[in-house]
Amino acid sequence: MSNFSMNKTLEKPSQRILSWIARLFISILVPFVVFVVLYFGFRFLRDSQAPQIVITISAIVWGVGGSAALYGVTNWVIQRTNESWRKILTPFMFVGPAVAILGWYLFIPTIRSLVLSFYDRSSQNFVGFDNYAYLFSDASMQTAFVNNIIWLVVGTAGSVVLGLIIALLADRSRFEKVAKAIIFAPMAISFVGAGVIWKFMYAYRPVSSNQIGLLNAIVTFFGGDPQNWIVLRPWNTLFLIIILIWLQTGFAMVVLSAAIKTVPSQFLEAGRIDGASELRIIRSIVIPTIKSSLITVSTTILLITLKVFDIVYSMTNGLYGTEVLASQQYKQMFKFLHYGRGSAIAIIILVAVTPVIWYNLKQFGNREVF
Amino acid sequence: MAQATPKSMKKTKTVQEVIVNAVLIFICIIWTLPTLGVFVTSFRDRDSVLDNGWWTSLSTPSEFTTQNYSQVLAGKDYSYTKSDGTVVVSRGDNMLGAFLNSITVTIPSVIIPILIAAFAAYGFAWLDFPGRKILFGCIVGLLVVPLQIALIPILRDYMKIGLNGSYLGIWLAHTGFGLALATYLLFNYISTIPRSIMESAFLDGASHFTTFVRLILPLSVPALASFAIFQFIWVWNDLLVALVFLSGAGQTVEVVTQRLLSIVGSRGQDWHLLTAGAFVSMLLPLTVFFALQRFFVRGLMAGSVKG
Repeated sequence: MSNFSMNKTLEKPSQRILSWIARLFISILVPFVVFVVLYFGFRFLRDSQAPQIVITISAIVWGVGGSAALYGVTNWVIQRTNESWRKILTPFMFVGPAVAILGWYLFIPTIRSLVLSFYDRSSQNFVGFDNYAYLFSDASMQTAFVNNIIWLVVGTAGSVVLGLIIALLADRSRFEKVAKAIIFAPMAISFVGAGVIWKFMYAYRPVSSNQIGLLNAIVTFFGGDPQNWIVLRPWNTLFLIIILIWLQTGFAMVVLSAAIKTVPSQFLEAGRIDGASELRIIRSIVIPTIKSSLITVSTTILLITLKVFDIVYSMTNGLYGTEVLASQQYKQMFKFLHYGRGSAIAIIILVAVTPVIWYNLKQFGNREVF
Repeated sequence: MAQATPKSMKKTKTVQEVIVNAVLIFICIIWTLPTLGVFVTSFRDRDSVLDNGWWTSLSTPSEFTTQNYSQVLAGKDYSYTKSDGTVVVSRGDNMLGAFLNSITVTIPSVIIPILIAAFAAYGFAWLDFPGRKILFGCIVGLLVVPLQIALIPILRDYMKIGLNGSYLGIWLAHTGFGLALATYLLFNYISTIPRSIMESAFLDGASHFTTFVRLILPLSVPALASFAIFQFIWVWNDLLVALVFLSGAGQTVEVVTQRLLSIVGSRGQDWHLLTAGAFVSMLLPLTVFFALQRFFVRGLMAGSVKG
């Protein structure tokens, strides 16, 4: 206690001990009171029958204020120690919570899931690679693998190609801002919300009645027969992928549009003076220049397709041959309660995404984001 | 190729412009139609929705109603008279309750990870302690872990300590799943703040805590805002984490995505309610998008490395 040692000539030993105890007492009491208040807040939120708006406001105040208060009180305690302790404890306050939470929520679960994937349904008996062997031979898992690859190829290519076309068009148009906002807006919509929107697009009525889904209305207008698109194998997966493309094209467009703006205008001028057509300029000048952005966008959307869950779960619940890896994992865990297989699928997803994310991170370092 | 005269060049240019704009407008119309259909349908009454397509309703504006919204938002029962005179009682969908739940889940799930990540980013950037580089390397490494990995182990922990179905439980889950990205992004930003700014603060005797709260946090607002918007959209639209940690036996808390999904399940053909519910769920993210478009785009771009 640095300021304490300055006073020691003025104090008797008994006084010194008394004041030391008082400080210790306060240093424990203040955090204790904070914890008690927070705990009663937790109890209140869990058990209260208050009107919901009251719960909402008090929960937000409790959650946000509580975490800020924990930092505040930790700092308060650290400031009461001496210089050398302060130096040791400060990093714990700054980095400790993040390390603890990431350890609990990501690091340890990865190891636990890996271990669980070698155990049976109830995590009691070691079964070696049985779960993996099962997953690679099971018929519905094979459908899921194939579907995931279709998602990956069609979803990624569709979003990136459309995004590139729209970015190029918008770059040459007067309505650039409005058009970009319209294409990007679906990014704000949840997969479940988009599911409802597209279920309505695909809605099916028998031939005799009026069609209320736009797609079937168009088909019947041109003399075709209405189709139940969602159950129409094997095309239904493509109809689900269209939803992803509708959501993700905006992202591809925004990133690619920013990249296109960096193409030096003298290159474009030179091409035009040489008499090259617009398509030729795009193919030989624009695309090579924005190659790295193209790859980053593709890998990002590829990651989303690898983990796609909500669209399938809300549109078909994995029925009619539309399973993907993530929906199979959810089914294994929460329907069949087979923790071994569920964990094994999670590990497969981890292995699949790891190289892609590493690549993205490397690219990310070279890019200005803010 | 023969040199084009300025006049004909100008002509081809205008022709090109017309084509470009026409194609672009066509794509934009296609992009808007699905949402427009849902929007229009959410204001039509039940019978006309099932009777004919929404595009025909633009000629008969008299049938529009806001009753779908009051029914979807309310938790109480609604009755209506069918065309043959029978009265049907149908349960309200309590979307308003789910909306409040979503707000309760989302706001702390955005602020808590930002707070923790900002502290950690400062620690990694400006404090000297043993193991700093290794720890930071581990955090970046954890970016690759998909949240699917954590569902079973964390759910088991939650069952043991009674966090399942609580607000704190889902806040912490979203914090855990967003924290690696938040720390990484904020570190990138905070580590570029010039050292001289901080040294002047230390000369004035400020502690690391004071420097962080008074100086670094205000300077980092652009980065904080970008991450906040990404995380907001992510948490608000999330279904999987909510399904795992909020639903289950005896759970009463439901967010909008779950609520909407159960309306889909129980009222698959009640399009007038489904569409209204979908619009309620989209209201807040779309408002944020149109109000803060620039931050929104930056945020989603920054979030592109989320595992």
